[in-house]
Amino acid sequence: MVRIFIYSLLTMVAGCVFLNACQSGGELDKARYYINGKSLYETHCRNCHGDQGEGLGRLYPPLTDTLFMRAYQRQLACLIKYGSSGQLTVGGQVYDAAMPANPRLSDTEIAYLITYISNSFGNHHGIKRDTSVRTELQHCRANQ
Amino acid sequence: MDNLLRTAFGLAILASILTACSTGGQNHKLPILGHREPVTREVNGKTVTDTVYQQIPAFTFLNQDSTVITPQTFDNSVYIANFFFTSCPSICPTMQRNLLKVYEKYKGRNDVKFLSHSIDFKHDKPSKLKWYADRLGVEGTQWQFAYGPKEDIYGISAKYMVFTAEDDQAPGGYDHSGYLILVDREKHIRGAYDGTDDEQVALLLEDLEVLLDEYR
Repeated sequence: MVRIFIYSLLTMVAGCVFLNACQSGGELDKARYYINGKSLYETHCRNCHGDQGEGLGRLYPPLTDTLFMRAYQRQLACLIKYGSSGQLTVGGQVYDAAMPANPRLSDTEIAYLITYISNSFGNHHGIKRDTSVRTELQHCRANQ
Repeated sequence: MDNLLRTAFGLAILASILTACSTGGQNHKLPILGHREPVTREVNGKTVTDTVYQQIPAFTFLNQDSTVITPQTFDNSVYIANFFFTSCPSICPTMQRNLLKVYEKYKGRNDVKFLSHSIDFKHDKPSKLKWYADRLGVEGTQWQFAYGPKEDIYGISAKYMVFTAEDDQAPGGYDHSGYLILVDREKHIRGAYDGTDDEQVALLLEDLEVLLDEYR
């Protein structure tokens, strides 16, 4: 009796471990986007925006303002691809240094990057798909 | 007996090495970097040989307030020099972020100064340097931002042993190394640290205190 109980307990534990290991497809995608985005961030963004997304003085804005990140979710792709030369208000502070364009980044790479910064530094926005990056880029292109 | 002797001998050597290390630490002084040459002269009929060390030569630049700065601006202080430009998209922000940490630690002291030379002589006029210093969070003149003609800035970078060059292929149009150069009151180079490497910047903070000890 005791043996049967122990066996069934072990089976349950093993089952739990197994189920947890197999993340849902969406979670796996997000993890893949995030980790690719991290290395792109280190290459293209970290110098100015910092290891922890802290920015630099009043030169380069931080990426830790969750309200800004929420409000700009649909404009981040355009900011990254085409840069910015005007003023941006982040965390109540006006920033007027130009942000360089990154014309060589593909839609997929921009989706990776946005997934990384939107799920780091206190932000939690889930995965950014390349299809929505493509739509947003077409939109800001039309406005330029 | 033989074994005992051997052990005792080994211990004696170990002890002397340990003592040598610890006394070395107490009298630790930074080396003088760069080239040096012996100069021989006659003093009272005797031949005396002095070593002449590399020194930062005379320079005249404009700072962020369009005021002239020369080596005399840094008299009675040690200083940290580097080369950057305001629109640099590559290593400069990291280097300046690290130098800013050093600046904030020594802010308000007149025996530690900072000198950032812009290598973008086309765009970084004094007004642009002022804009940059302000946004970096630098007030006053403890941290000088130098503007000068191309040949002067690129010429002085060699004297600090820092590589700078115009390069269309480099990000932002200029290529340069991100060294932070520690200069003593006699204008000798006492240390060079990679301004993009956290460990090197920590070493700079240690060495700066060692250098300041020479003047205490």
